[in-house]
Amino acid sequence: MSQRSRLNLIVVQVLVLSLMLAMLGRLFYLQVAAGLKYQNAALSIQSRDIVTPPVRGAIVDDTGKPMAMDRPGMVITVDRSALGKMPDKGKAVLVRVAKLIGIKYSDLYTRTRLCGELPLGKRTGCWNGTLYQPVPVTKEATVAQALKILENSDIYPGISASPVPIRNYPSLAGENAAHVLGYVGSVTALDVANTNKQYYQNEVVGKTGLEFQYDQYLQGTPGVKTVIVDRTENVTSTSTITNPVPGNNLVTNINATLQAATEKALASSVLSARAQGNKADSGAAIVMDVHTGRILAMASYPTYDPNIWQKGLTTAQAQALFSDSDGVPALSRAIDGTYAPASAFKALSVVAASHAGYNLNANYYCPYSIKFGNQTFHNDDTNSQGTMSLQTAIAVSCDTIWYQIGYDQWVKDGGLTPKKNPNDFFFKNAALFGVGKPTGIDLPSEASGRLPDRAWKLAYYKANKNFYCNYATRAKPSDLTPFLIAIAKEDCTDGYIVRAGDAINFAIGQGDVLLTPLQMTDIYAAVANGGKLYRPEVARAVVKSDGTVVQNFLPHVNGKIPASASTLDFLHGALRAVAMTGTAAGVFGNYPIPVSGKTGTGQVQGRNANGTAKDPTSWFASYAPSNKPEYAVVMMVSQGGYGASTSAVGVREIYNALFGVKGNTVDPKKAIFPTGAPPTALPTIDLQNVAVKKP
Amino acid sequence: MTTFRPNTRSHRFMRNVSGYDRWLTFSVLALLAFGTVLVYAATKNWFATQHLDPQYYLKRHIINIVIGLVLAYGTTLIDYRLLRAYTPIVWGLGVLGLMAVLVPGVGSTVNGAKAWIALPGGFQIQPAELAKISIILGISMLLAERNGVGADPTDKDVLRALSISAVPILLIMLQPDLGTTLIISAAIVIMVAVSGAPTRWVAGLLLLALLGGFVAVKAGVVSQYQIKRLQSFVDPNADPQQSGYQLRQARITIGSGGVLGRGLFEGPQTNGRFVPEQQTDFIFTVAGEETGFLGSGLMLLLFGLFFWRAFLIAQRTNDLFGRLVCVGVIAWFAFQTFENIGMAMGLMPMTGVPLPFISYGGSSMFATLVGFGLLQNVHLRSR
Repeated sequence: MSQRSRLNLIVVQVLVLSLMLAMLGRLFYLQVAAGLKYQNAALSIQSRDIVTPPVRGAIVDDTGKPMAMDRPGMVITVDRSALGKMPDKGKAVLVRVAKLIGIKYSDLYTRTRLCGELPLGKRTGCWNGTLYQPVPVTKEATVAQALKILENSDIYPGISASPVPIRNYPSLAGENAAHVLGYVGSVTALDVANTNKQYYQNEVVGKTGLEFQYDQYLQGTPGVKTVIVDRTENVTSTSTITNPVPGNNLVTNINATLQAATEKALASSVLSARAQGNKADSGAAIVMDVHTGRILAMASYPTYDPNIWQKGLTTAQAQALFSDSDGVPALSRAIDGTYAPASAFKALSVVAASHAGYNLNANYYCPYSIKFGNQTFHNDDTNSQGTMSLQTAIAVSCDTIWYQIGYDQWVKDGGLTPKKNPNDFFFKNAALFGVGKPTGIDLPSEASGRLPDRAWKLAYYKANKNFYCNYATRAKPSDLTPFLIAIAKEDCTDGYIVRAGDAINFAIGQGDVLLTPLQMTDIYAAVANGGKLYRPEVARAVVKSDGTVVQNFLPHVNGKIPASASTLDFLHGALRAVAMTGTAAGVFGNYPIPVSGKTGTGQVQGRNANGTAKDPTSWFASYAPSNKPEYAVVMMVSQGGYGASTSAVGVREIYNALFGVKGNTVDPKKAIFPTGAPPTALPTIDLQNVAVKKP
Repeated sequence: MTTFRPNTRSHRFMRNVSGYDRWLTFSVLALLAFGTVLVYAATKNWFATQHLDPQYYLKRHIINIVIGLVLAYGTTLIDYRLLRAYTPIVWGLGVLGLMAVLVPGVGSTVNGAKAWIALPGGFQIQPAELAKISIILGISMLLAERNGVGADPTDKDVLRALSISAVPILLIMLQPDLGTTLIISAAIVIMVAVSGAPTRWVAGLLLLALLGGFVAVKAGVVSQYQIKRLQSFVDPNADPQQSGYQLRQARITIGSGGVLGRGLFEGPQTNGRFVPEQQTDFIFTVAGEETGFLGSGLMLLLFGLFFWRAFLIAQRTNDLFGRLVCVGVIAWFAFQTFENIGMAMGLMPMTGVPLPFISYGGSSMFATLVGFGLLQNVHLRSR
């Protein structure tokens, strides 16, 4: 045999050796060097987490009555990835499911679509999770419906049913409290991105209200069973099990019975305002403990049934929640609506005037109207009343006195050419009352209102300068009246200047100043309690299911209103006079409980959608009993007409419930708080045998 | 009194077997045992969950091994040099079998390739496995012809050898079975090189292989599914649900075994059947997951031992025919092992070839054990 043959044989041996070494090296890399990485990869292929949702903590009122709690339900889910593999994209299956659970196919279709999959404007009710998690379409399925699905998986491919705790708002005292309690929903990608917490698919989280605010306490920890599956997703073994930990209960300061009465009073005020010919599109009413800032009741009109979320929202329901024609029921007017405070603002003006050096006990001239430059400002519906004390001026709500004071102070501060360091008594005083700042209530998305001081004017001017300077081209044709064009021209050149009209309007709570009903309540509570501005609080404590207190929420003082003792004394007298002999005397003149308060009838610029002028905002801000104040009660009805005839009447209904008043007699036993004040001790919570409320 | 009379049959058996290369025999028996356990591990759980006999594959595998060992023994009985006379018959049978699979109704399609002939009783044979032997024998015969007169093969010899192997190769390509084609082609190049033929042939053949591959892909000779498999080798995400998915799963399964493995019958990837064809083409993943680096490394060492002993036999024989048969068998086994294990580990593209001595499958088992028998035969006759 030739040398070449031997040589080539050696080459072949080297070749085979190198193949063997290559395999050994690769094996070493896969199993030893990168073994851990592949072990993790294998684990994620084989293991599935089966999440048992925990029972969410209940939200109870101050007596321990549940206002929100979990109850057993049945969820039906749709696996979009399974449907996607069908030739008709699962339409036939969805039609069957819709028929089974008794909803329209189009609603079911929307519920199973990602929001991004639907055209803008058709997204209400869409699924805001991901395609890779089973999409829950209802949690209110019956056992029979669930069994039908589970036993006929051949005609319901990709559809699943399983027991799940569902949120219920049992309304035991007839309360609704939708805006306070909020609602829950499946966790979304956005929720996950906003926290560091690890969420599982379809975990339920609070979306708004207390459910959102105290989610971390209410939520509990899901139970997780990790199973090992094979390629066909059959479970072959179980690796770990952690049991679910129920969420803690939240005790609130809300009294469910008072809440129900407040809601009823608000609704009847809205309806009576409508009967009087006002539009009365919405409203809010709040009851606060003046000594602590605790919220005892808070209502917003219109409202909605918080239980509708659990059944799965229909498109119509979802649209109604945010539709203008239905009054945007989802919006909480109490904390998120801002309105001109009108005459209810005069409590603040009194304090500002005292700082400016006005004698609160002197007499002032109250003409029917006053002319400043070429503009005339007049009282609402009253003839000249001559000279009167300031207390009477508050009681009968004379505006012209305040126009004069506001104008005089504006002139002193330099008028159109302001001084370097103007006194700005009215602006600075309002800021100390918290105007323009959120109160910090423990509810999400609180509005801050608006303090239209010099800084705000300047910022607003900068933001809108372009519009005013190009008014002719940018404004709606209907707004091109000679008057508005003239104003726009003025605003274009020096819109940042605080004008006489601004100062005059501000003194009576008109013009650009805006308050939320909650801010108004907080201010009147401060006047009642001697000056402390509390941070309003809905939650009282977090309590474990065994009764152990996890956390107590103690009252917190945000600040003090800048009123001296004598100014407060004057205010107390003036506000009492309003109810005794003034604008609210018709409502509270003979009331068995002494009530102090102020009416407000706020003029609103702009027009309704149908072109009619807007009706005024009706306010009544009050506290009682006047001699020893316990509660601040405020009602506001947007486009509700006069403060006295609409809101003061509603507030009286709330006091009726609070104090147990019937006609002209008081039955303390019928009072919401028989001891005369809200309870100080935490209630015991009983969640057994609570009847379920169906939407 | 009975007189002791040796049974001539068992006497001959003992004489024969005792002349075997022991290390070679040891390595093959160890690999067969290893493979038996793996085939069982790959199928036990799966069949049990389907309420079928968990030992179904185990039993059949053992039968295959027994038949294969008998064939191997039979192969060693006749002096391999006499086999030369039968080579044309073996070659003819191989080609006939390969043609049969292409006849509709006779050949059955598995995984896109017409590679099988279905026999009555649920049995199937894969003619390509047996064709490997006939090609090796045929080429060895033609290339060694001139060795009797002490001369290297001439161009003409090489040409003849190539042309008789071209027929079965073309038939295998028509199935199409890319893996077997590549393995046989590589073995042929190795055999030509070791035969002492002019070097230009080796260089030319390598060049031809490159060119052929290029043209095959361009001209669409290679089917769509083969291109897909090759693409998913380059980019495992190209076809995530199909071949790319399988390659990724295979790699994860092996890697997750770690150093010590998850334990026999305990591999969750194996028991979950995340890797396809676990008892045949992807059997190495079972070794990787359940026996870890220690077990699958040991398997590689056993293969190493086998090749070392086989090379010794090839080196020691003075007969070129014997040497070429050895080298052919070695190259066949080596490339097939590398292709099979390399595919499972992501070193090679996906082609369905069994792992010698380990994978389940009758035809392959018989052919490999006959190959082993040929090596022992050469060993027996070169002492």
